[in-house]
Order: sequence, then structure tokens, then C-alpha cells
Amino acid sequence: MTLGVIMLIHTGFDRAEQMARHWNDAGCPVDIHIDSNVSRASHDHFVSALSDLSMVRFCARQRCEWGTWGLVAASQAAATMMLEEFADVSHVFLASGSCLPLRPVQELQAYLQEHPDTDFIESATTSDVLWTVGGLDRERFTLRFPLAWKKHRKLFDWFVTLQQMVGYKRKIPEGLVPHMGSQWWCLTRQTLDAILQDPNRPVYDRFFRHVWIPDESYYQSVVRLHARTVQSRSLTLAKFDYQGKPHIFFDDHLELLQRSDCFVARKIWRDAEVLYKMFPQPVDADRLGAAPNTGTVDRLFSHAVERRTLGRPGLYMQSRFPSADRENGVAAAPYAVLQGFDDVFPDFKSWLTERTGAQVHGHLFAKDRVHFADESRIYRGGLSDHPRLRDYNAKMFLTNLIWNGREDQHCFQFGPADSQEVQWTLAKDTNASIWVISGAWSIPLYRSGRSASEVRAEAARLQRIESKFLKTLRGPHAHARIKIMTLAEFIETPMDVLQTIIDDIAGHKGRALTQTPKMADLTGLADFLQELRNQGMHPFLTGDITQGNLRKAQAKPRRKPYIIAQK
Amino acid sequence: MRALRKGRALRSVANRTNRIGADDILLFCTFRNEAVRLPYFLEYYRKLGINHFFMVDNDSKDGGAAFILEQPDVSLWSTKAAYGDARYGMDWLTYLQGKYAPGHWALTVDVDEFFVYPFCDTRPISALADWLDASQVRSFGAMLLDMYPKGPVGQTAYVKGSDPFVIARWFDPGNYIMTKNKLLQNLWIQGGPRARTFFASKPKQAPALNKVPFVKWRKPYAYVSSTHMILPRGLNLVYDQQGGEKTSGILLHAKFLNTFGARVTEEALRGEHYQAGREYKSYADRHGADPDFWCQWSEQYINWRQLEILGLMSKGNWA
Repeated sequence: MTLGVIMLIHTGFDRAEQMARHWNDAGCPVDIHIDSNVSRASHDHFVSALSDLSMVRFCARQRCEWGTWGLVAASQAAATMMLEEFADVSHVFLASGSCLPLRPVQELQAYLQEHPDTDFIESATTSDVLWTVGGLDRERFTLRFPLAWKKHRKLFDWFVTLQQMVGYKRKIPEGLVPHMGSQWWCLTRQTLDAILQDPNRPVYDRFFRHVWIPDESYYQSVVRLHARTVQSRSLTLAKFDYQGKPHIFFDDHLELLQRSDCFVARKIWRDAEVLYKMFPQPVDADRLGAAPNTGTVDRLFSHAVERRTLGRPGLYMQSRFPSADRENGVAAAPYAVLQGFDDVFPDFKSWLTERTGAQVHGHLFAKDRVHFADESRIYRGGLSDHPRLRDYNAKMFLTNLIWNGREDQHCFQFGPADSQEVQWTLAKDTNASIWVISGAWSIPLYRSGRSASEVRAEAARLQRIESKFLKTLRGPHAHARIKIMTLAEFIETPMDVLQTIIDDIAGHKGRALTQTPKMADLTGLADFLQELRNQGMHPFLTGDITQGNLRKAQAKPRRKPYIIAQK
Repeated sequence: MRALRKGRALRSVANRTNRIGADDILLFCTFRNEAVRLPYFLEYYRKLGINHFFMVDNDSKDGGAAFILEQPDVSLWSTKAAYGDARYGMDWLTYLQGKYAPGHWALTVDVDEFFVYPFCDTRPISALADWLDASQVRSFGAMLLDMYPKGPVGQTAYVKGSDPFVIARWFDPGNYIMTKNKLLQNLWIQGGPRARTFFASKPKQAPALNKVPFVKWRKPYAYVSSTHMILPRGLNLVYDQQGGEKTSGILLHAKFLNTFGARVTEEALRGEHYQAGREYKSYADRHGADPDFWCQWSEQYINWRQLEILGLMSKGNWA
């Protein structure tokens, strides 16, 4: 049993020579096709460099433009020559100049000997393949592609669109089912011979001549007509990125490639000295029968594609700046916005920190400065407490804050007295939970001790701002989780609301509440609000605050009956 | 055109460009009185795999030019013309780039900027260039990251030839803000220690940190303002707008060493820098030019992987 190798070469002649010697030294006949675009001088130099090897042949040269028929024609010519000149070749392996054998050729030969009738070629029907790039899958076969995509991209696209518009469709030759897959295959002599000698071959060749990227579909389709056993996988490890470009292996992939147990890998970077020195590895008895295992390699490259196409949600940086509708979540992690709670409960911040263990910030967007959880001047990530720097880009202040501490739960106090630039960002963010006690801004005004006539302008201003915020939150573009209640509603059942907030923030770690935090003294609030009304300023956002419901709220916080207190 | 005219102000001191090979990666740099920094600068970039250095000496008085002249992989030009009139040296470099860089990958940096890219500890810069070529990417972004020491900047003692990031090993990990510049399509990035220390009350004036230093050069290309922006403007699209991450690097900025104080005084007087050295004046006026940027949230530099985890740069789809 002998393995024959076809090498398609268009560049990197030093490495190609090295590889040809590898194959040759292991007793494999090598048939080399050199792109006709290669200059005479480089061609001659390369041929003479290999002239000492008796089992190396060069076949007639074709122009091999990426994605065109030339590549298939080249491999056909080389394969024909291989089968004619080396009668003992039982398997033919298609490789390129930048394919590197990872395991010794003997191990590949042993593996093929165990599967004497199997053709290794990735071959899937077009309807089952998801990895085609550019939306051309079925249409690869039904349209015509006379133009080279790399050179005439605009013309290429135009021609495709034209054909789609006029409804042009080619007829697929009878009996042929289009399949696609990696262009690197290893076929048995019998199958390859049948493909090359097929009486219908002129029909198939004529058809594939105008198929898009025929080297990924010609053998993959016709093999199904002749093969006895098809193993639909390639023996060559070749990974492609989301644009259909091959991933390149570098020196630091050494360990990864060693563990993959693959026979051959591509593409190898031309200057990856370590890889070219270490591979092929010496024969290893333990590994002899091992089948390739590409799990780790697959994971590495699919992570890379994921990072390139999806990125890290909530991260805004020099090479990820999604436009408004492509953000995939504005901030990096869920957070809570609490409006009015610290007006009702003066110690709310410390109380909530104790109950949830979350990073409970004060008014992050306060006009005087940023009130971080620890009231520091500079917070995590190097965020400054300076209000102007914050307001200069309020959205990114918030996204930075959450990104920097994305492993923590964050919540912050908000209110109509704060800078409001961030309103829209909050409302749009699916990661935000916004809790509003509307009208709570009246409490600090009342507690300031100033008369209603003194504060009525301020009250009107705060009400106007809060009203606008509520309108934003109730608008069609608000995607945050939003709960709005009036002050009157809240003080009726504060425990229920607080329990929900704590469960929301702390999750399963949240404890059942036994008591609310200490409420501010609201005894005279109803009178104060009435006085505001008398001044002509109607605080409609507070809801209906009366002496009665105030007294009830202040007297004894009611517990929900289903909550079981902890011991 | 402008660069051509300004190019005449350049005098060739040592032209070794005939040694440049077809795939060589070139570095372009203007310097003035940087003798202390030059040795490590060359060492760093040689290790990265730069093949040829294009250096423009803007009237140095400290022997830096003589040192450069001895280097076999450097071509040197000199000029006494004003830095500010030549768009902060960019006109001179644009002229040289137009003449020598077409077809090459060109890295344009200052003497205190040190390029870091994904896998830079295991893959030479030619690996990056080849991969960008294979991915049909023409320009590569690298944000400027201000590095600083712990304690007052003026009290450090940088020794010629040593790694500046042994001293200036700290940086701000997560306070950068950006907006899109609709005209040239670049991101305008600001933030970091300078923004929070010097420009908190006038954030608009904080220095720009966005840079596109590594470009597969073609004749008509030209940097607009330092290496912050480049024309044609398509080259500024080094970021993804669909939610993904493009591959990007960092320029570690070794500005804040003990050499900083003297420079601030000199440059504030000279007024040749951007907007008449406003930035330098700001330092000199308010901080006696000896700031201490360090805070408890400063991050100590380890390697590029750390920067990539923090989200300051990205591997993108390079694996």
C-alpha cells in the first residue's frame, strides 16, 4: 500500500520544498502542480531544487485563481498523472504547500491501511451546510460565475444580482446531487480512478466550470456517485473564520497541534520555525491507532469567531463600538435604579447594602459629585467623582462602571434633582431594573423645614423632571424592567416592594424581611402637600397622601403573611 | 502636496533605504532631544521585528542623532524647521511615507509609544502583518494607554536603555470614553489618568487617545492629526459597529517619567505642540508639572492578555 500526495503550490516555495521532501522521504510519490502565474525563474529554481528526488513529478500548469475552476483542473491533471505513473499508489492525498504533516507519515499510512476502502472527504448537501459565506449556497450551483471574486468584486456582485433578477437558473446534471466541504481530501485509487474515467465527466466538468468555488464542491459531489464508503471528514485540519478565510497556525499553537492527533494541518505561517522544526513528530506507539481529535482546536477558533462577531456585551472600546440598535444589552450586567427610596428611608443605602451585599451607590448622577458606594473620590477602574467628567459622557460613565464591576450586583439612587442625561440609556437597557416611587422628592422638601411658598418653584421643577422621566419609561423604546408607583401606593405596602427588590438584587441569597428600614418622619407631609396645592402647585405624582394613610404607614410596618421569618 | 513642500525642509543624514526588502516592516518616528529614550526604543522595536527605522531628528541638541547615526537599520533625516508648522512633525513623516512606505506595513509612533498587540510575546510583528494581509485588513488600531509610576512623576529616575515600564508600570483600567467622529469616521477616545487629574472640569480638552499606528501603506495615504486619524477615512474604521470586536492593540505611553517635568517647562515655553501646547501649559500651571496619578484602582501592567481581559484591546478573530 502506498500513499500518493498531490501538492498545489502558488507561493512559499521554501516551505513547499521542505514539505515535498517530508512526503518523499516517507516513501510517498509526490505530484506537484505549480500555479502558472508563478514566474519562470521561481518555477525553475523550485524544480531544480527538487531534482534529486526520484519520486517527485511536476504536472502541466494551470492558472489557479481562488474560487475558480483552475484549482480543480490542476488537481485532476495531477491525479491523472499520479495514477498513471505510480501503479502501487492506493490512496491519494491532496495537500498544499502550507500543509504540514503533524504525525509521521507512517501513522497516516497505517490509518489508511485500516480503512482500505474509505474515502475521506468532507461532503455535505447544500441544504445542511451553514458555514457558507456570502449567502451563496444553493446558488453556487444554479448561477454562473465567470468572474474572479477577488479581482472584480463589484462586477461579480453585480452579475450575481443580475442573474437573480432575471431568474436565471442552470440545470444541474442528472444524477448529480450538489455537496460541499473542505477542499482537502484523501481518496482511494478506485474512487479517484472512477471519477477521472467517468464517461459523464465532460458533462460534470462543463457544469462545475461555472460553479462558484468548485474546489469545495466538485470532488465532494461526484465522489457520491462512485465511492464505496465515504467518511465525511477531512484528514487535514483546516479551520476557517467567519469570512471563509483559513485560520493560520503560529509557533504558540504547538501544544494545541500536538494534542490534536491530526495527521496534517494547514495553514501554517511561513515563518513558524518551531512548528516546522517539531513536526512531523516522531512515531509514537501509544498514539498509533489514535483518530484525530479536533475538539480543542475547534473551541479555540469558534471562540475567536464569537469574539469577532458578537463581542463582549456591555464593553465599549476602541475596536467595539456598536451602533445603537446592535448593542446586545447596553451595560454588561444587570443593575437596579432606585428612585425615591432614599427619600422615604433616610438610611436606605446602608440598609440595602446589609440585606443584599450588593454595591449600593448613592446618587451616581447627583449634581454636586458622584456618590459612589464607598463615597470615594476615585472608584473602580479609575472613575472620577467629578460631575462634569461624568456628564461629558453619562452613558459611558455608566457602562464603564458596570463593566468594571460586572461580577458584582450594582444599584444606585436616582432622582429628579440629579443630572438627567442618562435617562434614555437607562430606559433602553434590558439590564436595568428601574423602581420609581413618584413624588418622593416632596419628602426632602417637606423635611427641609422651609415653607411651601418658598419651595413651590423647586417642587414644580422636580415634578416636571420626574414626569418627563416617567414618560420616557412608559414610552415604546423603554426595554428596562420598570416598576412605577406613587408615594401613596408605596407607603401602603412598603414591605412587599422592598422584598421584591431584595429578591431581585440578591437572588436566592436574599433573606425574608422582618422589618422595613426606618421611615422618615412624615407626620406633617399631608399638610405640606396641601399647602403646596394652596399655593397653586399640584403635586399630582405623589398620589393621594392623607393623614390617615401616613399614620398607618408610620405606626407599624405590616408583614406579608406568607413570609416566614428567620430564626 | 503640503507634505511635499514640507519635505523639502528635511535634510537626509543617512539614507540606508536600499537595504529594505520587499516584505520589510517599517517604523516612522520624529524625535527631539530624546537621547535618553532612544536606546530602549530601538531595542524594543527590533525585538518586535521592525526591519527598518525612518527617524526624523527635529534639531536635537543632546547627541541623540549621533547615536541614531551609528545604527545599521536606521535611515536618518534632520530638520531645524518648526514642529508646529509641520503639523507636529506629521508633514515630514507623510513625505517619507509617501516615498518609501507604499506596499509595506508601516508603524508610526513617538519615541515614548510602545506598540502592544495580541500575541506580541510569541509572534513577531510580521505575523500580525501577514495575518492582516490574509484577512484583507489595511489598518490596525491601538489606543494610547498612559502609564505612570506610583508616587510623584518627577521623583522617578529613568536610566537610559532600561525598560520604562519597570517604573511607569501603572495604568487606569476602566475610565475611557468615546464618541464617533462623523466626519472622519474615527472614534474619539478620551479618559485615563490625564482626564481625571487635569481635565475633569474641562473634559472636552482632555487629550485624544485613539490611534491608528499600523497601516499597509499606499501612496495617497496621509495622517491627519498625529496618528489619531488618517485619510482616506475608511482606514479609521478599526472598530466594529455590529457588536463584534475587531482585533486591536495598545500603545503603552511612557510619557510620565522624570523626564516629564523638564519637558513640560520647555514645551510650554516653546508652544510648538498641539493647540500651542495647551496640554503642557495646563500641567505646568496647575500641578507644578509633578503630578501623582496613582490611586488604589490603578492596575499594574503584566502583559497584553491582561489588557485584553480588561477590554482595552481585543484579539478579535485572531487566535
